[in-house]
Amino acid sequence: MDNLELTKFANIHAAIDDPDTAHLVIGLNKIVSSRTVDGLEVDAQETPDGVKLKIIVAEGTVIAKPVHMCFGLLQEAGIQEIEMDMVIRAGAKINVIAHCVFPNAVDVRHVMDAKISVGPHANYTYLERHIHSDEGGITVVPKARIELAEGARFKTDFELLQGRVGVIDIDYETTCGPDSVMEMTSKIRGRGDDLIKIRETGHLIGERSRGVLTSRVAVKDNARAEVYNKLTATAAYARGHVDCKEIIQGNASANAVPIVEVSHPKAHITHEAALGSVDTKQLETLMSRGLNEDEASDLIVSGLLS
Amino acid sequence: MSMLEIKNLILSANGKRILDGLSLDLHEGYVHAIVGPNGAGKSTLASAVMGLSGYRDITGEMIFEGQNLHDLSVDERARKGITLAWQEPARFEGLTVRKFIRAAAGDMTDQAVADVLEKVGLSPLMHMPRAVDKTLSGGERKKIELASILAMKPRLVMLDEPDSGIDIESLRRIKQAITVLKADGSTVLLITHSLEVLGWAEHAFLMCCGRILDKGDPENISRYFKDRCIPCDHKNLPQMNGDMGNG
Ligand SMILES: Nc1ncnc2c1ncn2[C@@H]1O[C@H](COP(=O)(O)OP(=O)(O)O)[C@@H](O)[C@H]1O
Ligand SMILES: [Mg+2]
Repeated sequence: MDNLELTKFANIHAAIDDPDTAHLVIGLNKIVSSRTVDGLEVDAQETPDGVKLKIIVAEGTVIAKPVHMCFGLLQEAGIQEIEMDMVIRAGAKINVIAHCVFPNAVDVRHVMDAKISVGPHANYTYLERHIHSDEGGITVVPKARIELAEGARFKTDFELLQGRVGVIDIDYETTCGPDSVMEMTSKIRGRGDDLIKIRETGHLIGERSRGVLTSRVAVKDNARAEVYNKLTATAAYARGHVDCKEIIQGNASANAVPIVEVSHPKAHITHEAALGSVDTKQLETLMSRGLNEDEASDLIVSGLLS
Repeated sequence: MSMLEIKNLILSANGKRILDGLSLDLHEGYVHAIVGPNGAGKSTLASAVMGLSGYRDITGEMIFEGQNLHDLSVDERARKGITLAWQEPARFEGLTVRKFIRAAAGDMTDQAVADVLEKVGLSPLMHMPRAVDKTLSGGERKKIELASILAMKPRLVMLDEPDSGIDIESLRRIKQAITVLKADGSTVLLITHSLEVLGWAEHAFLMCCGRILDKGDPENISRYFKDRCIPCDHKNLPQMNGDMGNG
């Protein structure tokens, strides 16, 4: 199988063909295709079960077009372990879109272990979008440790909406320096016997740092979701918010364990969590326009996860 | 023939009769109004006609175009052509105005969505991509609700307090939208405690304590309502009121 096929599922041909757009495609443990642009240094090494990446964005470099990464495998079975060390130097700006593609997975394990440093006043936006098979035979373990220097901005979105989740265990932890801004969002839809674990942690250790942890989960059939969001604030004027919504249908179940810790009198954190079935008023509003209950639920859930 | 015939409707909650033997007839093609003080049971009546959960345990009859509504679900009633604009419209995180309106009409082009938004006085360019969520004002959500009903072209639409949270300029738009609904063949039931909205109707009912006390020409009903019901001289709790005849 040609691993460039992966990019078809990710629908990123235009980006791959564009000489001004950086990209990196990893199929199983092979570097299938890559291109870099000025100020972006990528060192990729194949390992027995994956690749080891070192990525540096040079000081002050603004990478205009989103950088596309594509990880995955077309095989039914396999292990892919990505080790990533990413450094975004002072004042640099980069937007990465990672496509994680496992369209035929029956027995697949995908592990991501990332260490990310966002330098002073640098800006990092990361979207990770998963495309899975309908079998559910996959385990995804993304782990990231992120450090934000003074004035840095970091925004990450994790989306697993296509295909079955299988098992996912997200573990992201960000430490936020002075005046930095962090937003971590996950949107996941589970069904069958999918198991979803989200652990997102933020530490607001710098003065005036700000952070938001957002989770949006919909589970049905026998799927289960566990969301452990933790936000701590230890500096003056740190501001944070934890926001978790989980919609539960059928025999599915979900929990939310928000932990907020404040140990500075001038810091402030809020949290909200809503777990339950689809809201009756929303449902009946759409049903009063002629949608049946399933159509109405789907529309509400797809809005929440959009 | 009546389009909707309601006979002796009784609905109790917590041992209290919210609808207390209410009867009324709506005629096809008319703009009707139900006027009554807060707590009279107007929203409860609308909820019962729509078949919302919590309002299904009723006695009496609701016959719509010859068919008893009792066993029909909300969406089955909607597919018969009945709809309701809520007094407080729901909010939907992430659901765009475009998708919300399209949901009411199946296939709809962007141009058709834009048309109904313009009819309620909203800018299609600005509003179509926005979410029907808490970032919209109450008035905007009411207009979007009305736009979705224009898209649906219902046989019977109940508009619960269409003027609440609406400024004067927008009120004119909403009045026009009702004219459009009527021209498109909808029968309209305005639910209100406002004399202004009552003035839009061709026929009116006066409701108090879960019953219809009077009906007829909106001007007469308006006079009665103004003189006798503002302020309302009895609490709108049916069991506390022995003298219904005086309204
Ligand atoms: N689900 C309910 N349970 C108990 N009381 C209710 C319920 N819904 C409405 N009521 C009561 O019924 C009365 C009529 O309410 P409503 O229909 O909202 O009046 P209106 O729309 O005319 O202001 C009020 O006294 C209200 O408090
Ligand atoms: Mg009301």
